[in-house]
Amino acid sequence: MLTSIKTNEFAGSESKKLAMMYFRVAIVLFGAQLLMGLIAAIQFLAPGFLFEVFDFSVARMVHINALVVWMLYAMIGSVYYMLPDETGIETVNIGVGKLAFWVLTAAVTVVVLVYIFIQVGSGTEATIWLINEGREYLEAPRWADIGIVVVVLTFYWNVFATYMKGQKTGIMTVMVANLMALAGLYLAGMFFTDNISMDQYWWWWVIHLWVEATWEVFVGTLAAYALIKIIDAKREIVEMWLWIEVLMLFGSGILGLGHHYFWIGTPEYWWEIGALFSALEPVPLVAMFVHVLYDWGKEQGIAKAEGKPGSVMKNGPAMAWIVTNAFGNFLGAGIWGFFHTLPQVNIYTHGTQFTAAHGHLAFFGAYATILIGMMYMGIQGAYGIERLKATFRSKMAIFLITFGVVGMTVALTIAGYEQVLVERADLGGGWEAFFTAQNLPWYIQAQVWRTIMGVVTFVGFIYLVWDLLTIGKQAKAAQSA
Amino acid sequence: MANENRSVWTSISFWRRSAAWVTGFAVILLIWLTFDTLGQISMGTDADLKNKVTKRVPAPTVINYHIDYKYNAKRGHEVPVIGDKQPFFGKEWSEEEAAKLLHLGKLTSQAKNCMDCHTLLGNGAYYAPDLTKAWLDPAWQNGGPLQGMTGKNTVEEAMAEFLQHPSQYPTHARMMPNLGITAEEAKGLVAFLKHMSSIDTNGFPRNFSQAAKREQGGTYAH
Repeated sequence: MLTSIKTNEFAGSESKKLAMMYFRVAIVLFGAQLLMGLIAAIQFLAPGFLFEVFDFSVARMVHINALVVWMLYAMIGSVYYMLPDETGIETVNIGVGKLAFWVLTAAVTVVVLVYIFIQVGSGTEATIWLINEGREYLEAPRWADIGIVVVVLTFYWNVFATYMKGQKTGIMTVMVANLMALAGLYLAGMFFTDNISMDQYWWWWVIHLWVEATWEVFVGTLAAYALIKIIDAKREIVEMWLWIEVLMLFGSGILGLGHHYFWIGTPEYWWEIGALFSALEPVPLVAMFVHVLYDWGKEQGIAKAEGKPGSVMKNGPAMAWIVTNAFGNFLGAGIWGFFHTLPQVNIYTHGTQFTAAHGHLAFFGAYATILIGMMYMGIQGAYGIERLKATFRSKMAIFLITFGVVGMTVALTIAGYEQVLVERADLGGGWEAFFTAQNLPWYIQAQVWRTIMGVVTFVGFIYLVWDLLTIGKQAKAAQSA
Repeated sequence: MANENRSVWTSISFWRRSAAWVTGFAVILLIWLTFDTLGQISMGTDADLKNKVTKRVPAPTVINYHIDYKYNAKRGHEVPVIGDKQPFFGKEWSEEEAAKLLHLGKLTSQAKNCMDCHTLLGNGAYYAPDLTKAWLDPAWQNGGPLQGMTGKNTVEEAMAEFLQHPSQYPTHARMMPNLGITAEEAKGLVAFLKHMSSIDTNGFPRNFSQAAKREQGGTYAH
């Protein structure tokens, strides 16, 4: 897989080679995520498809788990990639890092095979430990949870030790502190309780404090690193922005957790806290967007004033994905999140396709984009290319994937809107209301468009893989010619 | 802030310190609220139920009571109302039995991965109906289409029958698959659903099943 990033010609950096190993698995899992999404989308339209063979619950479980895991892989890869650049030294224990990679990959493979072939178990503790924990996003069985914790601790120790030994940049300081929170939060999802309200209270600590706090700060650090590498942004400015982003992201995101505590049995005061802080959550996303574009324009302006011809961009496709990230994060996480974050609105939208619409654009806009950008950075490094320019395939990939995901989001928003009005506002929820809304032509039409846009996304993914496989070799040949 | 000519707004150390203070403050507030919330969402006791003390999450023995969901003018939305005793699978369950049954039901709900089709308290997947107040759904009540289809006379028996053989009772093209749920597990699941319907969800879902309720004359009466 991915022969182009197999070359691994980094000037002696084992850490960067390890990063590429993580990127390779990430892209495979990204493909799995899209395939599972297509199966689930088809089942909305043709419910008999794979019924009692590979049910919606299975496709959906693998769809969202592959999503989380490919992103974690790409995130770990990104850290190993930037570590030598930021600290100025090689990662301290690369052997353990590689061992952890293989252990994690073996564990993920076993978990996925069990999901696909065993699917469900009996109502016993053994099922929770061995097959499936049955808690959305955290379905991984307990043995795998413990394995993940061990692997992540190894990874964290490696990063921390390297940070302590090498130079301590602002970017790495944020990274090290944030990773500790990110890893620690996973523990909140590792216990069983009969109390469903208690269950969901802690479940959201993991889900929300990952994707709406620590993952966002992670993206901030990646963007800071990438801007320095790609357009020679000034470290002082980038790092100042990063601290402002941390302030705003944690300042809004941590208590923004309250917007998940409106209806799960928790007290009413979460209405006000959740509404206030989650309404502030888009603010840092606007700031990040402005920051990326402003720095780009500024560096280009400086280059022009100095009479340097051409673009300041050293990596066209990576920069394109990072700009898409800046915009997608604001639109998907910010705008689509704000749409339904106030309790007055959320009482009708909670548990409808509105959430799915937000989920698709937010995960893509905030995370998939910048992680794909990091893969292009990896290829540039692997082949020692000075200026990586976008190919036709790079452009097709970014256009089709973005168009496809935005299309799915719009379709799901329409489906959600119909559910809100018909199922919730008019009929008041419940079994009959649910199916009435699901079977209206408006809803079905939206699901048809979602499926079409899913296929568009998948075609874009094929272009992406094709590009990742070839762009490095091509650029290198052009460079030496 | 080494350079005194520089504005505080462009000082990295100012923003670093501010970030640390704001994050610390948010974390402390969250932890404080968490302690308060955990107290409020801990399960009540059997004595609470007997003494009519309202709890946001009642004890497992709530399965021995009639549960309704009624508009509360003061709060401006519906709240669960726990009424008189009512047999569950034809009997009254002791504290220990009820806790055991709820435990089995919650475990089964995870083992069968309910949440990747349904929503529980509104969270999960959107392929199948929300189960938060499924116990109170008019479709499962006497005269409702789901109870009628199974040929059973109580909500709990109808639900348990359906859960064991879901694809024998198709209602729409989209069906629930057979997940190998045993008779015991089905009882547990129904207890889990009944318990969940008694949780105070701040009025979610709003106007629950109002259309179906209108058709049936305005009550959830069993």
